Amino acid sequence: MNMETTTQAIQPEAAASAPAPANCVIEARNLDLTFQTNDGPVHALKDVSLEINKGDFVSFIGPSGCGKTTFLRCIAALETPTGGSLSVNGMTPDEARRNRAYGYVFQAAGLYPWRTIAKNIKLPLEIMGYSKAEQEKRVNQVLELVELSGFGGKFPWQLSGGMQQRASIARALAFDADILLMDEPFGALDEIVRDHLNEQLLKLWARTNKTIGFVTHSIPEAVYLSTKIVVMSPRPGRIHDVIDSTLPKERPLDIRDSPEFIEIAHRVREGLRAGHGDD
Amino acid sequence: MKSLVAVLTVLAAIIAFWYAACVPMNIKGVLDQAERAGVEVTPATAKERRDRGEIGLVLKNTFAIGDTWVQERPRLPAPHQVAVELWETTVEKKITSKRSLIYHAQVTLSATLLGFAIGTGLGILLAVGIVHSRVMDMSVMPWAIVSQTIPIIALAPMIIVVLYSIGVQGIIPKAVISAYLSFFPVVVGMVKGLRAPDAMQLDLLKTYNANTNQGFWKLRLPSSMPYLFASLKIGIAASLVGAIVGELPTGAVAGLGARLLAGSYYGQTVQIWSALFAAAILAAALVALLGLIEKLVLNRMGVQA
Repeated sequence: MNMETTTQAIQPEAAASAPAPANCVIEARNLDLTFQTNDGPVHALKDVSLEINKGDFVSFIGPSGCGKTTFLRCIAALETPTGGSLSVNGMTPDEARRNRAYGYVFQAAGLYPWRTIAKNIKLPLEIMGYSKAEQEKRVNQVLELVELSGFGGKFPWQLSGGMQQRASIARALAFDADILLMDEPFGALDEIVRDHLNEQLLKLWARTNKTIGFVTHSIPEAVYLSTKIVVMSPRPGRIHDVIDSTLPKERPLDIRDSPEFIEIAHRVREGLRAGHGDD
Repeated sequence: MKSLVAVLTVLAAIIAFWYAACVPMNIKGVLDQAERAGVEVTPATAKERRDRGEIGLVLKNTFAIGDTWVQERPRLPAPHQVAVELWETTVEKKITSKRSLIYHAQVTLSATLLGFAIGTGLGILLAVGIVHSRVMDMSVMPWAIVSQTIPIIALAPMIIVVLYSIGVQGIIPKAVISAYLSFFPVVVGMVKGLRAPDAMQLDLLKTYNANTNQGFWKLRLPSSMPYLFASLKIGIAASLVGAIVGELPTGAVAGLGARLLAGSYYGQTVQIWSALFAAAILAAALVALLGLIEKLVLNRMGVQA
């Protein structure tokens, strides 16, 4: 462990303890999470403070063990922080979960193999008690949104990996959650498919006006998608830098060759390097 | 086509081995008979032959080999003898006849199916309880395992005696023994199946704020289907064994077990073997039927063919 040599985290501007603005959807203050494991306690999150506003597209980037997925899972109330405060839509994360405040997209599509694509998308709707007619309507809506119209009757194994992941995004969009949490959703896909899905995701975000939390390993992906990039560093997991993107909302794929894009990507890379210490 | 050749080769090898085994097994009986009929055999008297090796006797009396396959009460009946007996007691006898194997098989089958239904139902219920309650997991599972370590042949008479003393007889005691054997594979398979969904699948349901009930019907139960069918195939075969074992200690007059018992009382080896084969064919048919149902169910569930 090289705790001493690790660069001190720069306090990001967003972490200042000013009162949250009215359109703040997710607010974390001095969040701590320590896992008790057989090898002793693991400090997964340390002193994480962050505000996410309505309509933000926030990416979390950092090396393995930096707590980016853990933080996302805290927002989703799939993990319970051991210190600090966290609010989602002005509620505790667990209340927000019970109010179905967010849709969650996992790294694997996780579609039920015994359900067709349409039936998979209906799963949350059935659980939440939507009427049959409403279910039909919404399935068609979200299938169109992720460009999978006409594939509703197919079984997951009949679709490519990229299409399956789109179906899982459709499943997360089917009910009225205004927050979308995505944990490396495109991590297992090849680069060309990934580019295409990134483009689609931006269009989808523009159309639905959701607040998106997005965990990724990829610098170009983070810069291309986000309005706000949160650079995290490991051991203990903490926020190293928060970058507000200066890119316009309208982003064609070739924006990635613009000097502005390259500059932001450079800052992200620098942050990752500094936060990484020398391991 | 290639696999058909392989299958037939194995079958032919088994039958050839069986015919070959009949020769030394039955040679002494054949020679005794031949001696009584006045044919010259070596050695000449039963007393001298008693301590001789069977192979040696065969080699000295090669003329008798053919007769080892057509004896009336052989130690080991030849395949065609069993086949003929099977044919005669199934196709050529009326189903209502006490000598019809179909009649006996149907008696055993009804106990098997009743026991299988009870065992499967009980097994699924226990598995659901074990998966959802830690207390049940710790308190029921050890007993389920212990229950299977007691030889059923030792337990069966006691079950019958106990049930008889409270006035239960007929098909029920047999079905209980059958259920006793078949619930266990169902418990083990279903517990594994209901626990098959991974952490991500369970997390997903949690993000929907789904309750335990919804998690069971929408995720756990469908996930467990392949495990359930594997267990059911073992369970139905165990059920049949249980029903047959249940017929032995009572001296039942009907059923495949009764047929086995009667055959051994009267030295009717052909009858014993044909009852054994009837049981095997019945078990194979039941397992095949379950395989068919499995295929239909999994097909409807969209499993890749």
